[in-house]
Amino acid sequence: MSSLHALTCRECGRQYPEGPLHFCEYCFGPLEVTYDYDALAGLADPRRIAAGPANLWRYCSLLPVDAGEKVSLGAGWTPLVRARRLGEELGLEELYVKNDTVNPTGSFKDRVVSVALSKARQLGFKVAACASTGNLANSVAAHAAAAGLDSVVLIPVGLEQVKVLTTAVFGGRLLEVEGNYDDVNRLCGELASEYPDWAFVNVNLRPYYAEGSKTLAFEVAEQLGWSLPDHVVVPVASGSQLTKIDKGFRELVRLGLVAPRPGRQPDDPAGPVRVSGAQAAGCSPVATAFAEGSDVVLPVRPDTIAKSLSIGNPADGYYALEVVRRTGGQLAAVSDEEIRAGIRLLARTEGIFAETAGGVTIATLARLAREGAIAPGERVVAYVTGNGLKTVEALAEGWASRERVGASLAAVVEAIESPRSHKEDQ
Amino acid sequence: MSVIVRIPSQLRPLTGGLSEVRVESGTVRQVLSNLESAHGGIEARLLDEQGSLRRHVNLFVADQDVRFLQGLETAVAEGETLSIVPAVAGG
Repeated sequence: MSSLHALTCRECGRQYPEGPLHFCEYCFGPLEVTYDYDALAGLADPRRIAAGPANLWRYCSLLPVDAGEKVSLGAGWTPLVRARRLGEELGLEELYVKNDTVNPTGSFKDRVVSVALSKARQLGFKVAACASTGNLANSVAAHAAAAGLDSVVLIPVGLEQVKVLTTAVFGGRLLEVEGNYDDVNRLCGELASEYPDWAFVNVNLRPYYAEGSKTLAFEVAEQLGWSLPDHVVVPVASGSQLTKIDKGFRELVRLGLVAPRPGRQPDDPAGPVRVSGAQAAGCSPVATAFAEGSDVVLPVRPDTIAKSLSIGNPADGYYALEVVRRTGGQLAAVSDEEIRAGIRLLARTEGIFAETAGGVTIATLARLAREGAIAPGERVVAYVTGNGLKTVEALAEGWASRERVGASLAAVVEAIESPRSHKEDQ
Repeated sequence: MSVIVRIPSQLRPLTGGLSEVRVESGTVRQVLSNLESAHGGIEARLLDEQGSLRRHVNLFVADQDVRFLQGLETAVAEGETLSIVPAVAGG
């Protein structure tokens, strides 16, 4: 299998053999896994995929990991929910929510970690490490525990308490750095040079790690009966997930697993699916570059409740911008109030409780629908990638609205028959 | 009057394996030029043909991203550390 994929610099095209490398030593450009698609064409067909496990490894022929045992807690194959009630509120006729809140540790990070640590094990690593805003910390600590690897997780101070606790519980080393995520990320970039025998999933294993997000595209297509959406809305932190969802859809068309949407050609240079990005206004370097028509993504200092998206210096910002522009998508930046309203809207219409990043996605979806950037008849998928139980402190105390009643039938009936005594939060 | 430059592992073949190199102080641009004089070939990895910082290279002076300071014109004072770090990480 290993001859089917290689590492290629996105900037200068230099090729590298497989291994724990993440950037080109000549131009510092990111290395990306590239495939021999002609050879893959025979390996990936719907019947073989359907016969695979009910997790992301059903797509193993399109992932850069050789045959053999995988590091897996069962991530992936999450529900694609036909969001009729949310669609009605937003005036969208065919809306779906990819509910990735239900992964083993509650976020899409389980996909990328499963791929990265499977590769790390093949390459002989014994220690798993990462820089994280919280969700990745949970996932690396959990997968490392299950795989019998040591783990060293670095997080910034000030994360949600639940995300700290649900990392520490798995028993690895947890270092809380007195700085923000970009500081942590930079330190891990330097540590990777000093501890070359550690698998930093989002540093030296990053090319493999990032490929795991393609499964967010593969699953949506398979769940739509091997067809494509017209438009997807994806949260943007580093920008990696957005670029890999685009790559996943393009691969499916290239391999003949799906047909282009009506009116599009297979070789449409725009790509097969419009991709829109969602950022929080308090950390919107990519959306700002988009709005200004600029090619330069200027770093910012984040200040938003969406801590999982608080990357002020996004590694794949340039590429996310390129994907959004090429596919005819949009990038929006939404306020903390819109984020909270987005969480609430998704919860009360679809019964899905998203973390703040999901609020960013839904708020962006709502804004793009309102502004007409998403047409009412488009088949739209919103990616909701983290569980609301992780970020409850982002919600105001008033959200836990309830009515206190006495412990008697009469008191409860009286309360039910009275108008609600608390006020709605919106 | 020297400063410390921290070298990422992939560039250490150009510094004879050294992870830290001491060169004369100055602006970031001057420090990189001094580094080039001592260890030829490094500058072209970091700066493009126009002499601008490549977009996937991050430089930190005393733990601060130079893009938040004065970029290549940021002063690196005596005894301070200039770290060269690949930008493509994280997320």
